[in-house]
Amino acid sequence: MMTYDPVVYSRILTGLTLGFHIIFATIGVGVPVMIAIAEFLGIKLKDPYYTLLARRWARGFVITVAVGVVTGTSIGLQLNLLWPSFMQIAGQAIALPLFLETFAFFFEAIFLGIYLYTWDRFRNPWTHFSLALPVIIGSSASAFFITVVNAFMNTPQGFKLSGRTIVDIDPLVAMFNPATPTKTAHVLSSAYMTSAFVLAAAAAVSLLAGRKHIYYRKALKLTMLAGLIFSLLTAFIGDLSGKFLAEYQPEKLAAAEWHFETTARASLVVGGVLTENQEVRYGLKLPYALSILAFGKPNAVVTGLNDIPADERPPLYIHYLFDVMVVIGSLLIVLCIGYILFSRKARAAKGQALPRWLLRCIAASGPLAMLAIECGWIFAEAGRQPWILRGYMRTEHGATTAAHVDWMLLLFSLLYMLLAVTVWAVLRKLFRTNTAEQEMISRGIEGGEPR
Amino acid sequence: MNIELIGITVLWLFLYGYLIVASIDFGAGFFSYYSMITGRKHLVHGIIERYLSPVWEVTNVFLIFFMVGMVGFFPDTAYYLGTGLLIPGSIAIVLLAIRGSYYAFSTYGAKDNPVYLLLYGSSGLFIPASLSIVLTISEGGYIEERGGQVVLQYGRLFTSPYAWSVVILSLVSILFISASFLTYYADKAKDYKAMEVLRGFAIGWSAPTILASLLVFFSIHAHSPWHFERMMELAWMFALSLLCFLVATYLIWQRKRLGVAFIMVMLQFAFAFFGYGAAHLPYILYPLVTIHASVTSPTMGVALIIAFIAGLLLLIPSLYLLMRLFLFSASYVQGKNGK
Ligand code: HDD
Ligand code: HEM
Ligand code: HEM
Repeated sequence: MMTYDPVVYSRILTGLTLGFHIIFATIGVGVPVMIAIAEFLGIKLKDPYYTLLARRWARGFVITVAVGVVTGTSIGLQLNLLWPSFMQIAGQAIALPLFLETFAFFFEAIFLGIYLYTWDRFRNPWTHFSLALPVIIGSSASAFFITVVNAFMNTPQGFKLSGRTIVDIDPLVAMFNPATPTKTAHVLSSAYMTSAFVLAAAAAVSLLAGRKHIYYRKALKLTMLAGLIFSLLTAFIGDLSGKFLAEYQPEKLAAAEWHFETTARASLVVGGVLTENQEVRYGLKLPYALSILAFGKPNAVVTGLNDIPADERPPLYIHYLFDVMVVIGSLLIVLCIGYILFSRKARAAKGQALPRWLLRCIAASGPLAMLAIECGWIFAEAGRQPWILRGYMRTEHGATTAAHVDWMLLLFSLLYMLLAVTVWAVLRKLFRTNTAEQEMISRGIEGGEPR
Repeated sequence: MNIELIGITVLWLFLYGYLIVASIDFGAGFFSYYSMITGRKHLVHGIIERYLSPVWEVTNVFLIFFMVGMVGFFPDTAYYLGTGLLIPGSIAIVLLAIRGSYYAFSTYGAKDNPVYLLLYGSSGLFIPASLSIVLTISEGGYIEERGGQVVLQYGRLFTSPYAWSVVILSLVSILFISASFLTYYADKAKDYKAMEVLRGFAIGWSAPTILASLLVFFSIHAHSPWHFERMMELAWMFALSLLCFLVATYLIWQRKRLGVAFIMVMLQFAFAFFGYGAAHLPYILYPLVTIHASVTSPTMGVALIIAFIAGLLLLIPSLYLLMRLFLFSASYVQGKNGK
C-alpha cells in the first residue's frame, strides 16, 4: 500500500478538477464567439439558417456553462482547501487578477442570462446581437485573468520574499510577467479553435447520419473556416510560446524536447523512446528545428537539461504531451485545407457530397482538439514541476497537510463521473427530441433551397 | 476607514447579497419540489421557473466573489480555513455542483425529470447548512493549531448546540426569505393562486424564523460570551431587525404592499447580519485571525479597492438591466413574452 501523502493526492485532485473544468471552460470561452459569428451572418445575409444555428448552439451552450460554473466554483474553493500555503502567498501577490476574474464572470453571467431569454424580445435584431458582445468580453476576460495567475506561477515577479512574508508588492508587475502575453494569447486562441472544431464535429456527425439539409452544410462551412483561421493563429502563437520558454523556462522546453546537452543547431525530436543513458531511439529527428522553435535561428544555442540542477528538472514524459499537442495542431490545419479543396470539388460537380472519410475525420476533430488542450495543460503544468511558484516555492511546500485528501479525491471522481454522464445524456436528448428539421418547420423557415 | 475595514465591509456586503439571492434560489428549489410531490406543481412552478431561469448563475458569482475577495484581502484566512475546512468545504462544493448542474439539466434539458428535481431541490437545503459551518467555526473553539498543524475538531463541532442552532436558523430563514419574495413576485405576475400558496409558506415559516434567531442568541451567549456582549452593545440593530420582521409579517398577512414587505424582510436580515458581523470584529477567526494582523499589503489592498470600484461601475448598470428585463418587467413576469 501507498503511504498517505497529502501532497500527492492534492496534486492528483487538482489535476483532475482542472482537467475536467478545462473542457467546459474551453467551450465557455470559444462557443460564444461562434454563436456571435453565426448570429451576425444570419442578420447580415438575412439567412435564417445561421440564426437557427446560433439559437441551437446557444441552447446546448447553457448546459455546458452550467457544468463550467460548478466545476469552476469547485476549483476556486479547492485551491484554498488543497493549497493553503500557496494561496496565502499568492493571495498577496496575485490576488488582483483573481479578483478581476470574478468581475468578468459576473459580467458574463448577467449578460448570458439576458442573451438567452431575449431572442424575440427586440424589434431590431442587432440589439439582440449586441448582447452577445458582453458575453464574449466577459468569458474571454475571465480566461485572460485566470491565465495571468497561471503565468505568474511560471514566471513570478513583482514581489520580494523574506522568510514567509512577502514585501514590496507591485500587483501590475506581477500581472504582466514575461509569461503573460504568450500564455494568455495561446489559451484564448486554442479555446476558439477547439470550439470551432467541436461544433464542426457535431455538424459532421449529423451529415454522416444521413441528414442532408443545407443547414448542416452551412454549419460545417462556417465552423471549418473559423477552425482554419483559429488553428493557424494557435500554431503561430504556439511558436511564440516556444520562444518564450527558451528564454524564461529553458528547463521546460529542454524536458519537452529531451534536449540534454546545451548545443547550437539543436534538432527537434518527435516521438521516440528514451534509453537508460539518455539516448533517443526511434524518434523523428528534424535538424535545426529546435533552434528555430526556440530562437528563430537555425544555429542558435539551446540550453540542455544537463545544465539544470538535477532536483529542478521537470519529468521527461512531458515530451509526449508536447508532441501530441503539436501533431494534432498541425493535422487539424491540414484537415481544414483538405475540406476546402474537397468542398470546391463538390461544388464544381453539382450535387456531389463530401467523401465520408473526410466527414469522419471532421467528426474526430472536435475530440482531438480537446485532447490537445488537455495535453497542452498537463505539459505546461507538469513542466513547471518541482515548482508551484517557479524559483520560490516547491509544490510540496504549497500543499495542505490535512488528512483525508484521498477520500476527497474519491468523492470528486464520483462527482465528475456523474456530471459527465448526465451532461452527455441531457445534450443528446436535447438535440434528438427537437431536431433542426423539426425546429425549422415550427419556426416557419422551411423551403430550404440553397441560397 | 482603513483598508481592512473597507475590505471586510465589502466582503460582508457580498455575503449578505449571497444570503438573499441564494436563499430565494434554494428556497424556490425546495418549494418547487415540495409542490410537485404534493400535487400543486401547476400552481407555483411557472412563477418559480420564470424568475430563476435568467438569474441562477448570478447567484453563484456572489459566493465566488466572497471567497476570492477573502483570500485577496485577508490571505491568512486561506491558510487557516483552507486547512481546517477540507471536508466540510468539499462537501459544500459537491452539493453546490449537484445543485447548479441539475438545475440547468432539468430546466434547459430534460424537463420534469423527477430525479433531477429531487437532486436540486434537496441539495439547496443542505448547502446553507454546510456553509453555515464556516460562521460557526469563526466563533472559535473548533479549530486548533497543534505543532504547526491546523485541525478541525469534528467531535466538538457536531456536539455543539451552537453549531446546530445556526444550522436550524439557516434552514428556516431560507424558506422564509424565499417564500416572502416569491409571494411578491407571484402577486406582480397577477397569479393569485400561486400567490396564495406561497403566502401560506411565508406565514408558516415566519414564527420559526424568529424562534430560531432567539435560539442562536442564547447559544452564542453560552458559547462565546465575548461576542454576545458586543452584540448587546449593538442591541438597537437587533431591535430594528425585529421591528422589520413584524412589519413584513403583518403586510404579508394582510396581502398588502408585498413589495414593501419583501424589502422589510431584506432589512430584517441586513440589520441582524451586520449587527452580528460588526460585533464579531476585529476577529475573522476567533482568536487566531484578526482583520488587522491578516490584512494584505497596502499596495495590494488599494489595487483591490480600485478594482472593486471599477467593477461596480460596470456591474451596477448591468444588474439594473437584468432586473429591468426580468424582475420589473410586468410583461415578462406575467409570462407574456417567453424565451
Ligand atoms: C487546441 C489546442 C492546442 C494546439 C493545437 C496547440 N496548443 Fe500549445 N498549448 C495549448 C493548446 C494547444 C494550451 C492548452 O492552451 C496550453 C497549455 C498551457 C498554456 O499556456 O497553453 C499550451 C501550451 C503550449 C506551450 C507551453 C507554454 C508555457 O508553458 O508557457 C508551448 C510551447 C506550446 N503550447 C506550443 C505549441 C505549438 C508550437 C503548437 C503548434 C501547433 C501548439 N502549441 C498547438
Ligand atoms: C490559477 C491558476 C492555476 C493554479 C493556481 C494551478 C495550480 C496547480 C497546482 C498547485 C498543481 C499541482 C502541482 C502539480 O501536480 O503539477 C497543478 C497541477 C495541474 N494543473 Fe494547474 N493551476 C492553475 C492553472 C491551471 C489551469 C488553468 C489548468 C488547465 C486546466 C491547469 C491544469 C493542471 C493540471 C492538468 C495539473 C496536473 C499536472 C501534474 O499532474 O503534474 N492548471 N496546478
Ligand atoms: C485555476 C484555474 C481556474 C479557476 C480557479 C477557475 C475558476 C472558475 C470559477 C470559479 C468559475 C465559475 C464562475 C461563475 O460562477 O460564473 C469558472 C467558470 C469558467 N471558467 Fe474557470 N477557472 C480556472 C481555469 C479556467 C481556464 C483556464 C479557463 C479558460 C481558458 C476558464 C474559463 C472559464 C469560463 C469561461 C467559465 C464560465 C463558465 C462558462 O461560461 O462555461 N477557467 N472558472
